[in-house]
Amino acid sequence: MIVSVSHRSVYRYDAPLRLAVQSLRLTPSHFDGQKVLSWEISVEGGTRGGAFRDGAGDWIESWSVRGPADRVEVAATGTVDTTDLAGMLRGHRETVHPLVYLRETPATMIDTALADLAAGAARGATSPLDTCHALSNAVRAAIAYRPGVTGAHTSAAEALALGEGVCQDHAHALIAAARSLDIPGRYVSGYLLADQDGKEHEAAHAWAELWVGELGWIGFDPANACCPNDLYIRIGSGFSAQDAAPIRGIASGPGAEALDVTVAVTAGQQ
Amino acid sequence: MSMAPAFFNEMFDDNGIRPHYAKLGDWTQHMPAELRQMKQAEAEALFRRIGITFAVYGEGGDPDRLIPFDMFPRVFTQPEWRRLERGIKQRAKALNAFLVDVYGRGEIIRAGRIPARLIYGNEAYEKAVTGFVPPKGVYSHIVGIDLVRTGPDDFFVLEDNCRTPSGVSYMLENREIMMRMFPALFRENRIEPVDAYSTILRRTLASVAPAKCESDPTVVILTPGHYNSAYYEHSFLADLMGVELVEPADLFVEGGFVWMRTTEGPQKVDVIYRRIDDAYLDPLCFRPDSMLGVPGLMDVYRSGGVTIASAPGAGVADDKAVYTFVPDMIRFYLGEEPILQNVPTWQCAKADDLKYVLDHLGELVVKEVHGSGGYGMLVGPKSTEDQIAYFRTRIEEDPDNYIAQPTLSLSTCPSFVEEGIAPRHVDLRPYCLVGEKIELVPGGLTRVALREGSLVVNSSQGGGVKDTWVLAE
Repeated sequence: MIVSVSHRSVYRYDAPLRLAVQSLRLTPSHFDGQKVLSWEISVEGGTRGGAFRDGAGDWIESWSVRGPADRVEVAATGTVDTTDLAGMLRGHRETVHPLVYLRETPATMIDTALADLAAGAARGATSPLDTCHALSNAVRAAIAYRPGVTGAHTSAAEALALGEGVCQDHAHALIAAARSLDIPGRYVSGYLLADQDGKEHEAAHAWAELWVGELGWIGFDPANACCPNDLYIRIGSGFSAQDAAPIRGIASGPGAEALDVTVAVTAGQQ
Repeated sequence: MSMAPAFFNEMFDDNGIRPHYAKLGDWTQHMPAELRQMKQAEAEALFRRIGITFAVYGEGGDPDRLIPFDMFPRVFTQPEWRRLERGIKQRAKALNAFLVDVYGRGEIIRAGRIPARLIYGNEAYEKAVTGFVPPKGVYSHIVGIDLVRTGPDDFFVLEDNCRTPSGVSYMLENREIMMRMFPALFRENRIEPVDAYSTILRRTLASVAPAKCESDPTVVILTPGHYNSAYYEHSFLADLMGVELVEPADLFVEGGFVWMRTTEGPQKVDVIYRRIDDAYLDPLCFRPDSMLGVPGLMDVYRSGGVTIASAPGAGVADDKAVYTFVPDMIRFYLGEEPILQNVPTWQCAKADDLKYVLDHLGELVVKEVHGSGGYGMLVGPKSTEDQIAYFRTRIEEDPDNYIAQPTLSLSTCPSFVEEGIAPRHVDLRPYCLVGEKIELVPGGLTRVALREGSLVVNSSQGGGVKDTWVLAE
């Protein structure tokens, strides 16, 4: 499927910034399920710095904006040809060993409730893949989709206690639940073509990948109770939302920052 | 001089003074107590004047306190040193080969020589640098290897320091002050100089400049700032090398390079000798809550615009649990037998080892895997029942966090103490420099446990320092 993306982030400052530096993980991954037809990143008034593919296979670009400036606009636009691989990350080149993703982060700490959820879900599972599906379903059942109740720093344990959250919370909870069973898991940032089924979705999306032995990394999207298919565009991964963030930046200056994000994901060429 | 027979005395054997200490024997003969006290006071005044105070990193303590300086030098013969030198270089080479490997294909793990989880699950393993090979394949450019001696030819490696080992300023200042106070000693003894250290360090750092650097590389030392306990050493080394000492706020990233703010405008920086922990290098890559750090630095590093020494992630090689595998690394990467031995180590993470350790706490030294500075450490034979019971509980609660080693009979070297001259236990930290070449100045930092009977040489625990001589042939 041909999917087009236009992702704009506008940072506004109430006092001029001196220098903004950004690390952008904002380019679709290379693997058998995605072929990038065109992709462009631009930062208004910015200078492009180093660019490289990291050990996890993500393309990283560094940008800086020298002040004085009162806004920074980051835009990523392009078109990707996607194929449904039922969540499999086939043909993705990376050097990070899966065991690295057993690391605990503040967002993915395991508490008793998460461990119980995982143990309950795994009971009766007939294969490692089956276990992962069961975990994803259990997370979906335990955390209802509801925007606005959780925030950027809500942990998996807190979201589970609330019983509500968004895709970030689902992904964190799935990673923590998997790790409680010694299954490596990681956070994935990307986009979702949302207007196909008429339901409410987030266009800038996140899900989790779990390591399923010989099958490698497989994506699970608890928020939509499925594995990523050709409606998904994968951008990059990390231990948590913070580690996998498409944009990590710091502006120096006295001003307070306000962020405005618009993401449009559409079928076909733009 | 009386000596418990169990300890190897580096100056005396059964026949009296060893030949390489003979001139020091004469020297002390002709030093009355009053002169010694006067000289000791002079040494202290000199140390205080140059501003070198209690500052061995990670040890804490009163920042304005002097580390006691013991004027009695420690002496190595040329053959002794040559063997140590070969052993240290061998180890530094293997540690670097290991780091390139575990951030690359992980051959040593695939070969089943080191458990995968020990490395990939290690806190010090940095996902952010996997797949990246730093210039010349060097991760640890300054390797501090802590050695102890138990007999004429018996040296053991206590631990490796692959990140930013401190203390080299003491090696240099101890020599400087001894030469100032006792010039005659240096005429009578042919002592290998150590003052080339800063030149070699500078050359080593320049040799690992990134490929994108097309001219004479600009090297800087990055310090967290003057409140850091090792700040003296940072500024001392910058002075000696003739390079800028910078704080994170003096650097910024633009256009794929790192720049230093100067009065004449921004200047490109090619090699950063950082004395800041990984976690505080770059808030965009590591801790976002860190106010320290240079935003974007890691992107420049990973795209080949700057070299960071030691490389981020180097710490996985000096973890105390990884330590036990260094002899295997030497065999695996170099196809050689280790010249310097490890201290036998029990890992409490292993059930059999744990049982042995808990059954023998009274005779072992127990250390925390991530501890440093002599804290979080139990010296069994020197501990009370209560201290042992306390450690037993801590080990049982978190066995993975502890290793144990036999209580070594550390060698002694004569030292000046209240009552005159007495043997005190010593260790040695040489500083091996790794760049295009692997180099080592003939010497190191000798730490001495000045408390009678003490085996703990850390300055926070009553340790002092000595000048360390390697005699020319």
